[in-house]
Amino acid sequence: MIAEIGHYALILALLASLAQTFFGLLGAARNSDSWIATVRPAVTAQFLMSSLALAVLIVVFVQNDFSVEYVAANSNSALPVAYRIAAVWGAHEGSLLLWAWILVAWTFAVAALSKTLPAGFAARVLGVLGLVSLGFHAFTLFTSNPFLRLDPAAPDGRDLNPLLQDPALAAHPPMLYAGYVGFAVAFAFACAAMLEGRLDQTWARWTRPWTTVAWAFLSIGIALGSWWAYYELGWGGYWFWDPVENASFMPWLVGTALIHSLAVTEKRGLFKSWTLLLAILAFSLSLLGTFLVRSGVLVSVHSFAADPTRGMFILAFLIIVIGGALTLYAWRAPLLRSEAGFEFTARESFLLFNNILLVVAAGAVLAGTMAPLIADALGLGTLSVGRQYFDPVFLLPTLPLLALSAVGIHSSWKKGRLGDRRKAILLSLVVGVLVALVLVLGAWQGATLLTPIGFALGVWLMLSALVDPIDRWRRGLSLSRGVVGMAIAHAALGMFVVSITAVESYTRERDLALAVGETGQVGEFEYRLRDLSTVEGPNYDALRGEIVVYENGREIGLLHPEKRNYWVQRQVMTEAGIDMQLTRDIFAALGEDLGAGRWSVRAQVRPLINYVWLAAFLMALGGVIAATDRRYRPESAG
Amino acid sequence: MTPRQRRTTLVVGILAGVSLAGVLALNAFRDNVMFFFDPSQVVAGEAPIEKRFRLGGMVRPGTVDRLAGSLDMSFVVTDFKQDVKVVYTGVVPDLFRENQGVVAHGRLGNDGIFVADEILAKHDENYMPPEVARAIKEKNGGVMPVSPDSTAPPRI
Repeated sequence: MIAEIGHYALILALLASLAQTFFGLLGAARNSDSWIATVRPAVTAQFLMSSLALAVLIVVFVQNDFSVEYVAANSNSALPVAYRIAAVWGAHEGSLLLWAWILVAWTFAVAALSKTLPAGFAARVLGVLGLVSLGFHAFTLFTSNPFLRLDPAAPDGRDLNPLLQDPALAAHPPMLYAGYVGFAVAFAFACAAMLEGRLDQTWARWTRPWTTVAWAFLSIGIALGSWWAYYELGWGGYWFWDPVENASFMPWLVGTALIHSLAVTEKRGLFKSWTLLLAILAFSLSLLGTFLVRSGVLVSVHSFAADPTRGMFILAFLIIVIGGALTLYAWRAPLLRSEAGFEFTARESFLLFNNILLVVAAGAVLAGTMAPLIADALGLGTLSVGRQYFDPVFLLPTLPLLALSAVGIHSSWKKGRLGDRRKAILLSLVVGVLVALVLVLGAWQGATLLTPIGFALGVWLMLSALVDPIDRWRRGLSLSRGVVGMAIAHAALGMFVVSITAVESYTRERDLALAVGETGQVGEFEYRLRDLSTVEGPNYDALRGEIVVYENGREIGLLHPEKRNYWVQRQVMTEAGIDMQLTRDIFAALGEDLGAGRWSVRAQVRPLINYVWLAAFLMALGGVIAATDRRYRPESAG
Repeated sequence: MTPRQRRTTLVVGILAGVSLAGVLALNAFRDNVMFFFDPSQVVAGEAPIEKRFRLGGMVRPGTVDRLAGSLDMSFVVTDFKQDVKVVYTGVVPDLFRENQGVVAHGRLGNDGIFVADEILAKHDENYMPPEVARAIKEKNGGVMPVSPDSTAPPRI
């Protein structure tokens, strides 16, 4: 019975989104106050119904109702309650329901916080958002309904994929979707502006905080996924240029360009049509990402769902949404001319190059991600694109971008003068180069050409980003959240670069064959397998190794890697043993029984790797701080 | 410079930069893209010698051979028409086993033995890489051979 309530709620949510779209778009077009007044109640109704549907799905999972097909396929009575809830979005149907709910939640927030916007404009924004959620509700209902019954009911469920039974991965999809979907708000603002044929600086001020918060969510979502891949997949890397990783990274790159372009539009009224285009692109790439992941068209560790009809639906939806928006853009963008000019070395120029480089980077990633698909469709053979392609084409635009940011954050609007900041920029550059030289020549030996470049750029950016807030604080000037947020985000980017450089340059890794009591050498480290024992978890049993790691004869870490055997899915899983330390991670994963009492062990020591994810979280934090700046609050708008 | 000249310079500069990036990306692409071959194509001599590519198929039962206690191993990849021997040193993925789909990255030697530097198997009991599935389907007259231990229902 309860599953049917969820099903009905979903249908009602679909109808509410239909009303929201209809009255929002047409009400604004007809300038009818009564139609426009219907939009907000429709949003509320949609939010309530969508929340009810999601709540029902959570309840049937918690209750182990295996008469619901989706629950039977993705849960099990032995699964801990927390993972039963996470199993709601553990597969295709439920994750779509979550996607749609997050979209509706964002819409609800927009409706609640947009009361000071012109009524017609707000109605259009909500109408466009309604159109997007209409598509997702329809997709869920007609191709991927999670509430379908199984008759007869299954005695027990087939369990959640053991790979997904993990806290970081439980939080990964909601964060990622919140980011994807958040760009829908920027998209809706862009479409509304084009429909109105009017885009002013107030528009940018309205759009900015929403976009920045979406970007922060996306950053956290990507970081969680990367972190999970690191410790759970047992390969020990943090980024594989896997198609699905790229699918989330492309909207992030374009979204990053968008928040910078919005700054120019807000402060100077420039880049208007470019900002609109970026808003359309960021959301289009989010939809494309959903399409790539959910249709399973790409060979990827993530494509748990492979179903061509769903793919066709999303493709059609993509064409309507993106095609429609681009048509609108072609028609309306010429109306939105930017009039002012600026000097070549002004902040506008730096942000222009920031945008170009970010979009080029996103384009390079897109090309590499789509190439196998296109080659396959054209019958050019089956090919794959790996890091040999992605690493160089991504670094090419992003390395100059780092140098530009270190200088650009001190530039001023309109006039190309750095003034007294020139000294601070130079000083931080000198410190960066010195630190790089000390690290490369002294502390850590053996570097590639990129090692000193990475260290120097990273340290330079970190210091340079902190100059402004420190300077203001010393002179007793007020520190706005915008300034603080921007400094944190850019310093975090510098930290990100430093940590990635360390990981890429100084990782020690080797596959070892060890019997109990044996020791293997990994660079300057020694791994000793001290013990192997059997342990039992709630829904698995495991072989557990105890590995002691020495550096120059001194014990520096104790690891407990596990080889788990999940009973229901009969799946073997590697649970890496990681000792997280302040300056490095010591990592071991158990491989397989090699015979003669030996086991294969993947051994790695990675310096500073945790700062990669910490930096991503700090970037997101910077974004959130900046988005809560006083000037975006409704009472001070206008 | 007048504003007009400045804008022209800017546009020309951007275009030049973007096209340079495009050319470099194309170059990187040509040199670094990896093609996929199945054992029949390898035996027919279609795959390059001493250039990295992906070899995919099923692990032929009874061919996984390992020197006890060592990381050196070999196995035979088959598409049920032709076989290619693969040698590899290192840790294989959890789901690497006989009669399962596998993709190996590496180079083909003059002796016809494929030296793998990376072995991939999907993290799913019933997974078969799509290109492997297609290659095997074609070889087997459109019928998908079922591995004996895949009794679990397919995952959604």
